[in-house]
Amino acid sequence: MAKFKSHILICGGTGCQSSNSEAILNNLERELATKGLIEDVQVIRTGCFGFCEKGPIVNVLPDNTFYVEVKPDDAQEIIDEHIIKGRRVNRLLYVNPENEEHIPDSKHMGFYKKQLRIALRNCGLVDPENIEESIAHDAYQALGKVLTEMSQNDAIEIIKKSGLRGRGGGGFPTGLKWEITKNSVSDKKYVVCNADEGDPGAFMDRSILEGDPHSILEAMAICGYCIGADEGLIYIRAEYPLAIKRLKVAIKQAEEYGLLGSDIMGTGFNFKIKLRYGAGAFVCGEETSLIHSMEGKRGEPTNKPPFPSVSGYLQKPTNVNNVETFANVPAIILKGAEWFSSIGTEKSKGTKVFALAGKINNVGLIEVPMGITLREIIFEIGGGIKGGKKFKAVQTGGPSGGCLTEKHLDTPIDYDNLLQVGSMMGSGGMIVMDEDDCMVSVAKFYLDFIVEESCGKCAPCRIGNKRLNEILSKICDGNGTQEDLERLKNLSNVIKDTSLCGLGQTSPNPVLSTLANFQEEYYEHVHDKKCRAGHCKNLLYYVIDPEACIGCMLCVRNCPVNAITGERKQSHFIHQEICIKCGACMEKCKFDAISLTSEYAMAEH
Amino acid sequence: MEKIKTLADLKLKQEKFRSQVELRSKASRAEELVQIKVAMATCGIASGAKEVMEFFVEELDKRNIEAVVTQTGCMGYCFAEPTIEVTLFGKDPVVFGYVDVKKADEIIERYIKTGELVDGIIPKNYESIN
Repeated sequence: MAKFKSHILICGGTGCQSSNSEAILNNLERELATKGLIEDVQVIRTGCFGFCEKGPIVNVLPDNTFYVEVKPDDAQEIIDEHIIKGRRVNRLLYVNPENEEHIPDSKHMGFYKKQLRIALRNCGLVDPENIEESIAHDAYQALGKVLTEMSQNDAIEIIKKSGLRGRGGGGFPTGLKWEITKNSVSDKKYVVCNADEGDPGAFMDRSILEGDPHSILEAMAICGYCIGADEGLIYIRAEYPLAIKRLKVAIKQAEEYGLLGSDIMGTGFNFKIKLRYGAGAFVCGEETSLIHSMEGKRGEPTNKPPFPSVSGYLQKPTNVNNVETFANVPAIILKGAEWFSSIGTEKSKGTKVFALAGKINNVGLIEVPMGITLREIIFEIGGGIKGGKKFKAVQTGGPSGGCLTEKHLDTPIDYDNLLQVGSMMGSGGMIVMDEDDCMVSVAKFYLDFIVEESCGKCAPCRIGNKRLNEILSKICDGNGTQEDLERLKNLSNVIKDTSLCGLGQTSPNPVLSTLANFQEEYYEHVHDKKCRAGHCKNLLYYVIDPEACIGCMLCVRNCPVNAITGERKQSHFIHQEICIKCGACMEKCKFDAISLTSEYAMAEH
Repeated sequence: MEKIKTLADLKLKQEKFRSQVELRSKASRAEELVQIKVAMATCGIASGAKEVMEFFVEELDKRNIEAVVTQTGCMGYCFAEPTIEVTLFGKDPVVFGYVDVKKADEIIERYIKTGELVDGIIPKNYESIN
């Protein structure tokens, strides 16, 4: 077979697929066929490149040209200009926002400069539905090495020494977990991969499963060997159809090659992997709930101990690790514990994948060494705040984490530092907020989520969060009092201390961290009845500009509650205590005399 | 499908599959490798640039020289087609004219392997804006 002279990689992650990357792929292939180039150029559908903001991404090799925001109609130009004539299509290149220059390859883009990809090493590089490409990129080499050269203890020792900690959020040392499960005596043990990614805005697990499923299968088999299990289960939410499809393809191909199944690589080690579907409940990311859900029971947590490593799935010792944790394992085995532990901070080794979302220029998936600062992530990789607005806060760790502010921007990010400033690593969601976001409403948004997702088993979480949510609603509606602020704080602390599982124990974090970091905003809502971000509807006021009003009576006639008074040809006035904020007056006014403002001191009128 | 029965088997398979994706690992460090651009405009193709490009792709691989071979548009030296531009690591690009398969072989053996200049160099006689 003649060799391909050029590869065109096109992102087939969920994000880019929903922006029609499939049609681009079809058009590229059709163009290549008509131009007789099908033998020379190979088109490959890969996993996520991470730069979702500018998707769909098309990467042309060997010259490593990085095209962004490609449309299906651009396929012809890429083939005609780039492939045939060797000229880059300038208008599709990424434009450096600082100097308006076109950047031809990803290496020089601010978004990629500071990244170090371990867990995402193959995402955007290999075709996830073709095991041959994964094998060429070292897949299953680590498994082979472990099976032929290492004892169970040797391998566990490497993971322990590397300092790898659980990437699902808790940060429990992975090697230690493996060791405990290995030391549990039982006729049957299980390896479980937690792919129940539930934080709003986080999508790293999905992207790894979609882009590099073999890394997870391989790591699960390695874990199986270490702890003495012959069966692995991936608990994945049914709302990740593409990841499920690719996992199924990957498992089938690995079985066909004998890399999963019985007597793997002639070593006598057996390992099979099955999928279990979840219904997408946030609480099922907690390991005991997850196990109950897999057993067909209600997804509710139980008290620990016993820990799953002693008594888990079907009462057998079960090792549960998150997707991203597993994705690091083969790289650690191949490159060694010293290599891995040389990256990161003293207590948090390696890298972490973050999903950047919210009011940030470069929305996407990034992987950075532990110890990087929020400033570097948000302003260098993330390209700063959308629309040149002012940075206000960043929510890390999803509903269990907290809001950090400007003063935390230079804190090096690792598990312990984040806990110390009142947030947590979580699964790595990072939602950036600007001056237009109201922090009380943000806390309420997360509480809405928690109230919906609480399983209802223990009272503090079921009832306490509901009460928290009601108090926040009251404050946003402009009816809050000083006592409400006290109650928020007390109740939050009680919920933290008395809830059964991690969901409840961390659920008040958004409230506590916004209370601590944005106290003045709470005070304004309560005392001045003002929302500085202009977000809380009840704290906005319709006012008439006496200069612009000509006294036409139109608003007076249209107000459904007769809140507007005034004589013909004299400027009118809105009585705030009657106004229901329907906006009918503003809509009807022909002279733009009515506006909405958060700066209105009730007492003055 | 033939199963992978040992680690050695897996390593063999990896070698085999690696050639399929070689292009990708090379692309990430292209500037460190030998870069060859073959002018493939109408004039170049008519004078046999396609065969020359095939030759480079296959022979460099056979002779274990890591290189990135790409096609480019007309360089303007239509009198001397096929023309190619070779960039060795850390050196300025050199343009060669009248490159047929025989010349290509000489370029690989002498210029690329040892850095010795061979006949047929076209001096660069223009500035470009980027």
